[in-house]
Amino acid sequence: MDSLLELLRQPWPWYVAGPLIGLLVPALLVIGNRPFGVSANLRHLCAMLPTRADFFRYDWRRSGLWNLTFAAGIVLGAALATFLLPSGLPVQLDAGFQAQLESYGLLTPLTESTAPGFALVPEALFRWSALSTLGGWLTLVVGSFLVGFGARYAGGCTSGHAITGLADRQLASLVAVLGFFAGGLLASRWLLPWALGGGFTP
Amino acid sequence: MKTQGAMKPRDAVQPRHALVSLLPYLALGMLFGAVLVKAQVASWYRIQEMFHFASFHLYGVILSAVLTAGLSLALLRAIGWAPRGGEASCLQPKAWDRGLRYGLGGVLFGLGWGLSGACPGPMFALLGAGIPSAFLMLLSALAGTLAYGLLRSRLPH
Repeated sequence: MDSLLELLRQPWPWYVAGPLIGLLVPALLVIGNRPFGVSANLRHLCAMLPTRADFFRYDWRRSGLWNLTFAAGIVLGAALATFLLPSGLPVQLDAGFQAQLESYGLLTPLTESTAPGFALVPEALFRWSALSTLGGWLTLVVGSFLVGFGARYAGGCTSGHAITGLADRQLASLVAVLGFFAGGLLASRWLLPWALGGGFTP
Repeated sequence: MKTQGAMKPRDAVQPRHALVSLLPYLALGMLFGAVLVKAQVASWYRIQEMFHFASFHLYGVILSAVLTAGLSLALLRAIGWAPRGGEASCLQPKAWDRGLRYGLGGVLFGLGWGLSGACPGPMFALLGAGIPSAFLMLLSALAGTLAYGLLRSRLPH
């Protein structure tokens, strides 16, 4: 039992995580004929607001309550994993990439007082005071806004298009995923390094 | 007393039954949230590392997830699985229109993914992991969704 807990505390390898995520697709289908996808929740939350846009005028309880429950589960499961199964280790990155990040002050040194979740993200971009920097704004406001806008424009996000849509062999999803990577490469390799004042390409 | 689910219109169920029927979604969401944290899929570092081709990790996660999901769907089809009550499967070919929305929306989403180092699932996961500013990320993403809804008729699809 102790060794099982010890194993669960370690970072999970991709060949465990990927199949577990992939199995969500048939599980949701068999349980209630529901498609795996997270970003539709943002639409359901907007549908709770009194807006005049036709796009948000539908019964969100009927079509979205299951998915909002799924999203609540993500928050809860992430909290349990973070606080009950902490590895206490920083994310093990490629050495060259890590050195680049360090030179930009983007590696959070883990100390006794570091909240365990902050092992996943750089404090320099995710603490509240980051909002006084361009990098913080691009991360927390502009980039996140584009995630919400683009996900609905494209009709899905990484889960709905890149996992569910590709597994279902949808051409629309393949086009969307190529767009995801084109935009991501541009933002990660060029826009963000420019905003942070240099380049962190290894 | 339990009646046949197939005889009732979907979701027209008693409130208590409805709450119980949501529990599997909560459980699957919890599994997903735990995977996002423990496999560091929700990590800003991992996502930037992926876009810099500095690690196979997230490519491995996505590729093996697509493979597992695809094989599962093929298996369900092979055994003739169909939704209860004669419903159509929720997985239907996407409306193509002029096809512009997938490329344009995809690139805009990708720009946001690269800039923020998070997509919607990880945003919820980071909130659970105790990153308070993930709440602001979700608010910004909601604002983006709202903006799309308001501008929708003026955008090429």
